[in-house]
Amino acid sequence: MKKYLTCIVCPMGCELEVEVDGEKVVSVQGNNCVRGRDYAHTECTDPRRVITTTVKTKDGRIISVKTDKAVPKNMIFECMDFINALRPECSNGCNVGDVLCKNILGTGASLVACSKIQRM
Amino acid sequence: MRNVDLVVIGGGPAGMCAAVSAYNAGIKSILVLERDAALGGILQQCIHNGFGLHRFKEELTGPEYAHRCEKELRELPVEIQCGTMVTDISRDKVVTAVSPEKGVEKIYAKAIILAMGCRERPRGALNIPGSRPAGIFSAGTAQKYVNMMGYMPGKNVVILGSGDIGLIMARRMTLEGAKVHAVCEVMPYSGGLARNIEQCLNDFEIPLYLSHTVTKIHGDKRITGVTISKVDEKMQPVKGNEFFIECDTLLLSVGLIPENELSKGAGLSLDNATRGCIVDQSRETEAEGIFACGNVLHVHDLADYVSEEGEIAGKGAAEYILGLQKKTEKISVSGNEYVRYTVPQFLSSVEGNMKIYYRTGSVLSDVTISVVADGVVVSKQKKKKIVPGEMQFVLLKDGDIPEFTKEIKVCIDKN
Repeated sequence: MKKYLTCIVCPMGCELEVEVDGEKVVSVQGNNCVRGRDYAHTECTDPRRVITTTVKTKDGRIISVKTDKAVPKNMIFECMDFINALRPECSNGCNVGDVLCKNILGTGASLVACSKIQRM
Repeated sequence: MRNVDLVVIGGGPAGMCAAVSAYNAGIKSILVLERDAALGGILQQCIHNGFGLHRFKEELTGPEYAHRCEKELRELPVEIQCGTMVTDISRDKVVTAVSPEKGVEKIYAKAIILAMGCRERPRGALNIPGSRPAGIFSAGTAQKYVNMMGYMPGKNVVILGSGDIGLIMARRMTLEGAKVHAVCEVMPYSGGLARNIEQCLNDFEIPLYLSHTVTKIHGDKRITGVTISKVDEKMQPVKGNEFFIECDTLLLSVGLIPENELSKGAGLSLDNATRGCIVDQSRETEAEGIFACGNVLHVHDLADYVSEEGEIAGKGAAEYILGLQKKTEKISVSGNEYVRYTVPQFLSSVEGNMKIYYRTGSVLSDVTISVVADGVVVSKQKKKKIVPGEMQFVLLKDGDIPEFTKEIKVCIDKN
């Protein structure tokens, strides 16, 4: 069976033609790089996305955050609820790259700060 | 009154990279003026990822990208003044700025780099009929509310315009619990990147209505819904095809306009297509010593290209200040009917490698892009597809353009 995907790895957005046999990817065409092939494989077997969002600290300040790995696509909303309920302390401030939470809901992905806030 | 060698107006990616590049090219007296309380420009609110693949070879979020640029800049002894609004520049390079700390001050510069970015096109520019209720936001305003202030503008959302900001906001609002009922696009194609259609709309089953627009806004105090109509090839609404969608929020993502009030004030002429200044290969405007880069010059798709252009302008300004410019007769750069604009619009030197950026006005498949210097083809490349939403460039190597050329044309031809 043929599947048609748009690669989301980079802004080029290659249109991929993927030949799938049941759960297995037989061939990938249309990709301009190896990452496109890898994307086609995971997208057809175990689709995942990086989540970028914000957390509110206990004192109400906003930090932009991301997951350091892609999480299963069907867990995105569960992860969002979890992240929104976190309310980290961060009274000593927070730097870009600080890990705010490890292994979100068993996904193996950590929540990493993308913006900094000052010490209160 | 203060004297500095270089004033950079705007502390977003363009301004920050321009300042770093000018410093590295030998200019030590640099002042960066930023009107916001922090550096980073619009990247601060673009919390999604996808930035920096070209420049840093990894996928960063907007704030991370800004952070890297800021770190590079802060390592240098460059003066940075946030919370400062420039109110006027003159052709003889006097910058008037105002801030709570210093009041109104005049700064005399040897060169100025304009890096003020762009603004969103507002509702008023669209002439959508209907009342004037609350709940109508430009997509970027909503982005600031959600990502920087932690407020949700509404629960049931319709988005007009399928540029990248509209698509990104469709996903962002959905992730935060809102229901995005539709994204409408008046054109027959989306102006956003294909990857954003995929990961922002298709992932969440948000419908995209191409060749559709909002023809009426309903509601008195708060918006209660919109009428959506199909449009014909001339983008005129087709009668009898309207439908109503109930919503409490309408986001407008209908284009960006370079913010050139300062440039106009200085009497600089603007390109009708880019709405930015007319510049040469070093991004120098028609006014000697005034340079422009980033979204104030033309709206870019990628921050990486903004940074690159900042570097070009920074180096150009440094060469101007140090008296290293080697100018030839002005060479005009333009395009054929499929080219909406080129940047630069003219060359004042043919030395070194340079990129000519261009954007098409329509979706075209199987094309040849040639660069013609005084009637002679000097470069040729084939492309499978080019779309208005993706800026393209041709690379001209040192020696590609013969000396004493008068006119360069970028031509897109169908194969």
